[in-house]
Amino acid sequence: MITKETILNYLEEVFDPEVPVLTIQDLGIVRDVIIHSDQKVEVVITPTYSGCPAMNTISTNIKFELIGRGIQQVIVTEVLSPAWTTDWMTETGKQKLKEYGIAPPQYTTKNNPSETEVVVPCPQCNSTHTQLLSQFGSTSCKALYKCMDCLEPFDYFKCH
Amino acid sequence: MINYILHLADNALIYGHRLSEWCGHGPILEVDMALSNIALDNIGAARSLYQYAATIEGNGKTEDSYPYQRDVREFKNVLLVEMPNGDFADTIARSLFFDAYQFLFYTALQKSSDKQLASIAEKSLKEVTYHLRFSKEWTIRMGDGTEESKQKIQHAINELWSYTGEMFDASDVEKQMIETGIAPDIASLKPMWEQIISDTLEEATLSFPIQMQGAWFQKGGKTGVHTEYMGFLLAEMQYLQKSYPGLEW
Ligand SMILES: [Zn+2]
Repeated sequence: MITKETILNYLEEVFDPEVPVLTIQDLGIVRDVIIHSDQKVEVVITPTYSGCPAMNTISTNIKFELIGRGIQQVIVTEVLSPAWTTDWMTETGKQKLKEYGIAPPQYTTKNNPSETEVVVPCPQCNSTHTQLLSQFGSTSCKALYKCMDCLEPFDYFKCH
Repeated sequence: MINYILHLADNALIYGHRLSEWCGHGPILEVDMALSNIALDNIGAARSLYQYAATIEGNGKTEDSYPYQRDVREFKNVLLVEMPNGDFADTIARSLFFDAYQFLFYTALQKSSDKQLASIAEKSLKEVTYHLRFSKEWTIRMGDGTEESKQKIQHAINELWSYTGEMFDASDVEKQMIETGIAPDIASLKPMWEQIISDTLEEATLSFPIQMQGAWFQKGGKTGVHTEYMGFLLAEMQYLQKSYPGLEW
């Protein structure tokens, strides 16, 4: 008898192809796991951004992982609402991001201050003396910053 | 219903395709990445809409059937989005007009009686908020920049102005959808749109094309009557699928 908890455990082995230190659960994109009466397993995911090119890979990786664990029938479905938010990212996920060199979201969407008031500490030296270079970084979910103390440029996983 | 979804999808796809033409050609790296990101968000929204249309139509249709297998007359996007990129000022003027429209439109579409359209709107609105911020900032930077940048952006605003009226002029398909509560009443968005544009132009020390207010405007895209630019755009976008039908990665 497969349980939802077992599946969620298995999914801890599925990583985001763009930020490979994060599992898809760290990102908060796994919305539900449904065990159907015929034992078919449905994993419900939501995209981070509409054009996220990683969704197909993520979906394939989920199937590989679960089928590799002996689950016979796996389907992956996508939902758009409620729209993904960085508020769903786990604390472990944020910690892993920082260690990886990407500044994690500093606020929740409810208390995100205006762009000029946002303070993002440098993931390298923790200095808060940093500057926004561009709202659009290497992928949709990131903005580009520069640290004025250690002079390293870095990505900020922006609050969304 | 399906024609309405395709109209929305075509708007997002053609706009996204135009922006994607900047990829690798942006004036600076940050702008190149920003335009490519905005292109991707729009193409993503278009995909969600085409997938929805394919589900409703059935008949073996997929999200790829619509962008790759239709002819120019079957595309129902507004003329504004098919306008060529021109120089950077032309691109930014087009983006300002269309991002401001999409921002108001998706805000209103969130209340659609159709659940799927409402969720696509909710998703896209979060992204369009960034797009509009970007196009506003660049309009202001150019308007408030050098003599040359100011002249270029003002010229672009004036040139594209006659293509903005079509966004608020409901086609028969849209009128039906407005009546059933599926689509927002686009005409009612116009005053708010003009407010966003005039506030931005004022901050950019540019002038609002007031002489053109209420004037005649270009239209036709919503009924499939496109500019000559559209054929060239499709020729490039559809080239691979026309040469090798059904090709997959
Ligand atoms: Zn630093």
